[in-house]
Amino acid sequence: MDVKTGFFYLFSVVLLLSAFRVVTARNPVHAVLFLMLAFSQASGIWLLLNAEFLAIALVLVYLGAVMVLFLFVVMMLDINVDSMRQGFWKHFPLAAVLGGVVAVEMGAVLLHGFGQTEAIEGAAQAAGVPNSKALGILLYTEYLVPIQVAAAILLVAMVAAIALTLRKRKDSKFVSPSEQVRVRAADRLQVVKVATTQPAPAIQEAAQEAQS
Amino acid sequence: MMTLTLGHYLTLGAILFALAVVGIFLNRKNLIVLLMAIELMLLAVNMNFVAFSHYLGDMHGQVFVFFILTVAAAESAIGLAILVLLFRNKNSIDVQDLNTLKG
Repeated sequence: MDVKTGFFYLFSVVLLLSAFRVVTARNPVHAVLFLMLAFSQASGIWLLLNAEFLAIALVLVYLGAVMVLFLFVVMMLDINVDSMRQGFWKHFPLAAVLGGVVAVEMGAVLLHGFGQTEAIEGAAQAAGVPNSKALGILLYTEYLVPIQVAAAILLVAMVAAIALTLRKRKDSKFVSPSEQVRVRAADRLQVVKVATTQPAPAIQEAAQEAQS
Repeated sequence: MMTLTLGHYLTLGAILFALAVVGIFLNRKNLIVLLMAIELMLLAVNMNFVAFSHYLGDMHGQVFVFFILTVAAAESAIGLAILVLLFRNKNSIDVQDLNTLKG
């Protein structure tokens, strides 16, 4: 058993245990934290598979962004755990049998059918191109249009998430942008015609009256 | 058994997927844990993609994982937004309470 195999079993055991705790944890916050542990172990397994870029992307995007979002939402909601747990163990025998059947059958078939030990050296790996570079070359040449579509999907998701949760408060003071744009100078500033110089007739007349 | 084969990684993905299915069965009331179980399923699928990509020497599998990660991030963002909206309106995230369309 070499080092790689040992690491594989270590990561797998921790991954599966934490995945089990995700679905059985009583407190949703603990479930999110176990999910973070599971993703970090999956990242380690991907490193064993020479997929460095995706492993780091998993840590950055999932552990850094998505899981923190989950954590925010879980902490924001006031969840009544006890009512959520009603009937939890009632479904457990059925779920355990079903999951066990799926896992055992697929494991038997896959372990028997895919006993290929040696990885075929692909063109990119044989040429000594690192994983990130090979992925980047592929993404920016062959998959240029799909990556733009993916960016658009992310933008649409962001706008949708903000639009869904935006709440207009009644007592908030704000400026309507359309009215602000449509305003004309005459609405705000009124020019009044005033003569530049004013004679002071009253004082002159008074002076003439005083002389005469 | 001691040397790692493609079958080991695929079996790991299968067990992970089965655990997520069990999670959906158990937490059929708690919407947020259902979302987490879906994330676990996507992780299992991604694991298969990466394993095949490595063992068959084809980088296109990893590109596909990249796109799955993108769509999964978008999905969880919108899902959590809907969850927050739901909690604001119904004051609960119990799946059993979502029956207003039943008529």
